[in-house]
Amino acid sequence: MPVNYSPPPKSTPKVIVAVTLAAAAGIPFLFLGLVLLLTPVLKPATIDGLLSNAGIDPSWRTPAYVAALFVLALLMMNYGAIFSGVITWWERRVAGRIQSRIGPNRAGFGGFFIFIADAVKMLLKEDLVPADADALLFRAAPYFVVTGFALTFVVLPFGHSLVVTDLNVGVFYVTSVTALVVVGILISGWASNSKWALFGGVRAAAQVISYEIPAGVSIFVPIAMAGTLSMQGIIRAQGGLPWEWFVFRNPAALIAFFVLFTSQLAEANRTPFDLPEAESELVAGYLSEYSGFRFALFFLVEWGNIWVLSAIVTTLFLGGWQIPFVSAEYIDGLRGAGVLPSLAWWGWNAVSMAVFTAKTIALCNLVIWLRWTLPRVRVDQMMGLCWKYLVPAAFACFVFTLFWELAVSVAPRIELVSGVGFTVIAVVLAVLFARRVHQNIQAVQGEKIDLSNW
Amino acid sequence: MKVNDIHEKLMAEFGDAVGPLTEPKIDPFAVVKGDRIVDISRFLKTTLGIELDHCNVISGVDWPKRNVIEVVYHLFSYRHRHGIVLKVEADRAKPVVPSVEGVWKTANWMERECYDLLGVEFTGHPDLRRILLPDDWEGYPLRKDYQEHGGYHGISNERENPLVELRRLDEKRKAERPPAAPAPQAAPPAPSTPVAPATPAKA
Amino acid sequence: MERLILRRVGKPEDEMLINFGPQHPSTHGVLNFLVETDGEVMKRAVPEIGYLHRALEKIGEAVSYPGFMPYTDRIDYVAAMFANEGYAIAVEKLLKLEVPPRAQWLRAISCELCRIASHLVAVGAMASDIGASTPLVHALRERETLNDLIEALCGARLTYNYHRIGGVAYDMPTGWRDRVLKYLDHFDTYIQEFDRLISFNAIYVKRLANVAVISKAAAIDYGLVGPNLRGSGMDWDVRRDAPYGAYPSFNFEVPVGRGFQGTIGDAYDRYFVRMLEMAQSSRITRQALETMPEGETMAKVPRKIKPEAGEALSRVESARGEMAYYVISDGTDKAYRVRARTGSFTAMSIIEDISPGLMVADLIALIASFDVVAPEIDR
Repeated sequence: MPVNYSPPPKSTPKVIVAVTLAAAAGIPFLFLGLVLLLTPVLKPATIDGLLSNAGIDPSWRTPAYVAALFVLALLMMNYGAIFSGVITWWERRVAGRIQSRIGPNRAGFGGFFIFIADAVKMLLKEDLVPADADALLFRAAPYFVVTGFALTFVVLPFGHSLVVTDLNVGVFYVTSVTALVVVGILISGWASNSKWALFGGVRAAAQVISYEIPAGVSIFVPIAMAGTLSMQGIIRAQGGLPWEWFVFRNPAALIAFFVLFTSQLAEANRTPFDLPEAESELVAGYLSEYSGFRFALFFLVEWGNIWVLSAIVTTLFLGGWQIPFVSAEYIDGLRGAGVLPSLAWWGWNAVSMAVFTAKTIALCNLVIWLRWTLPRVRVDQMMGLCWKYLVPAAFACFVFTLFWELAVSVAPRIELVSGVGFTVIAVVLAVLFARRVHQNIQAVQGEKIDLSNW
Repeated sequence: MKVNDIHEKLMAEFGDAVGPLTEPKIDPFAVVKGDRIVDISRFLKTTLGIELDHCNVISGVDWPKRNVIEVVYHLFSYRHRHGIVLKVEADRAKPVVPSVEGVWKTANWMERECYDLLGVEFTGHPDLRRILLPDDWEGYPLRKDYQEHGGYHGISNERENPLVELRRLDEKRKAERPPAAPAPQAAPPAPSTPVAPATPAKA
Repeated sequence: MERLILRRVGKPEDEMLINFGPQHPSTHGVLNFLVETDGEVMKRAVPEIGYLHRALEKIGEAVSYPGFMPYTDRIDYVAAMFANEGYAIAVEKLLKLEVPPRAQWLRAISCELCRIASHLVAVGAMASDIGASTPLVHALRERETLNDLIEALCGARLTYNYHRIGGVAYDMPTGWRDRVLKYLDHFDTYIQEFDRLISFNAIYVKRLANVAVISKAAAIDYGLVGPNLRGSGMDWDVRRDAPYGAYPSFNFEVPVGRGFQGTIGDAYDRYFVRMLEMAQSSRITRQALETMPEGETMAKVPRKIKPEAGEALSRVESARGEMAYYVISDGTDKAYRVRARTGSFTAMSIIEDISPGLMVADLIALIASFDVVAPEIDR
């Protein structure tokens, strides 16, 4: 008896298009809007002000702080989870485009709701624990991973004043909590009691711990240039225009940028460093024995980490949320004396958030693009790259930066020269690249470039 | 070099261990004595001008009527582009042939396959065990008198004739199908005796 | 039951024994490797084959000569045309049958298209095994078009059953020639695109160059054939050096491994030889389409095929190397013995001996570079 599938509709119904577009625009805007509204409002000072304005007894301050923290924690967790979901959708669409196929296109217009469908599917699956596994650790491992991922959102600066808490050791906080992820992966690899998982877990441990070193050392470069460990402080030391970004202001920082980006790729287990779960070698590495929602948690972290690594690199090297031609101090001045800031302040904050998000998404795209282009390196090549090239390069960059900063204190002009010079080079390279891409597309498709099958 | 020349050289070297070359109907071959096969192989591989470096295929053939199992060596030389077919006959009750694994490495797996499927024992083989079939398989399937046994570890390899099963399904479907709509002009009684009108009832 | 193999491999305390298969993403079918590793470095990888053994040689003794033709498709379902051709040639040799020229040309065309399709799977799957998933999809896209062409020719996309004893089943349909030529025009540029996509990628080259080097002597000794043999620097191609069918009339080159990015005989050479061979196949197909003779596509074959007693060996250059059929007739309408010699079987036999010292990831590259297909190993 042949199964009769209902034929796919000729065109997507307008309702579905509308709902999808609303969701596609609404979900990010909702979360970004909540971040925009709640992070300044839920600061202790603002809460104090609001309480005294409303004439509430100061003894309610502590419960109010706790409530505010819970709200922020909930917001950040959901922000991470939802954005990681949206990135899975985006990655699969981009992959489809790269591989000349369509990609998910059923759940919602353009398949936008595929991440929700996936999550529901994962939730409904049986949560298997292998008989010989260490059940407790096996169950606990995903939480380590998720914790390590979620904690980074505490210090990520989304905009001018939009940060949960601007720790004065922000950068080191990030590098230390992301290390929790590898603990979880190692636990999962060991507790699964499977050889493939053990292989994956050990590979992950070796890889992440090794790449922490070039990542950590290359982070010294922006720290040395900004003179602070605070994420907001580092961004404020940069400017909105490309030649005011750290990446171009110092030749060593340009190298450090690539070192950090590569190391972060390796720490996030992304291609070409996806050895821990290398599906053609290790079946699924440390994920081999996981199913159901625990599996989904690992994947949530994997894609969420793309966002985190892009955000960190943006913060440290690409000027973060700095708006061109608008200085941070100007926005500071707009705040006004009231408990709640002025409308203009909110507006500039929203713009700064848009700048930050745009830069981060651009980097996310780069990460996705790399994954669907490059093969995987071998484990000894991965280690060789780290210890032979990245670690020495990172140290050299750091030392060079120290001398560079001495030189800058003597002749401040060289920062501008380097910035403008590298910006020009980058623009020229970008133009050449775009022309090459255009030629390649023309060679295949002719004059008319067809993007209709998005 | 033609096959005849190689054969002549072999005859000259090994005398009566090498049988005559069959008449060249399609592919001529020569039957050689089993216990000299390793020397003959080494001679063929190493002698200048012959150099049969490519052991193309080693196959076993069961001949119950002649009560032998033949092991056939198709040899070939990449350099000189000539070749020869050698056959070794072994007693069917206890087929034993020396292994040529030491001459051509590729013989390793081919002899294992021959052992696996025909039960030829290759003496001097470093790793003679079953290759395609499981280690505990009984019998040698490519022998002409091989009888399938009922199954393997409880997995049956016997099934009913599929046609019988199909017919049963057919009848079941016929029984389930509602009786053909009675023709309006037919008499209402006697439904048990289908009159078989012009329309075929069992399409 | 203590398995012989486990006794043999042994299991010291500081080593790990991994069952690499039978279900594993990169074993290209159902294969098993017992891998003895010390961390990432392998002590040894012992192939365990037979999971796809369907006793095709035994079936060959039970069915009539033409009746075995569909079974040959199943010997190598990625490049079934060659299995058809080899068997047909062997039986034709027994029958002393002359195949009409048009049929020989059609055989050459179908085989070369099939070779391209098979090599596309090989190089795509290889890239996928190395971790780049995009080339496989692109290669499969091209293979779909080739499958469409072959389907138009013989009605099947995978198990063709196109070659018959004495000729081919169908003449080419009208307009097919132009379709093939148009596709080949596209394909010649596509190979360059594929090269740009993956062949010269630095990571890809690093993963394959100087990995699993097989010397020319070892390749001959272990009976490697086809692209695996040529990758080791042996200049040998059955189509050119022991010609059959229409191949003497065509003008083509045989690509040989030259150490394109490293040592002669490394995994990259085996990969790149396949890339070059696809271009040559395209060239042969063009020539065949241009010089296609008119005439019958089937020789006069008796209704009941009963060759006189005798034996014949046929050798054809399959996508996986030399494929030989050894057919013995005893004068009845069924073969007395059918023996198929396949390239994958001999390629597997070398793995145990070159695996020590390779890394686990290199084993994947090695298997992929041999382009083994499990049904062809087990038959």
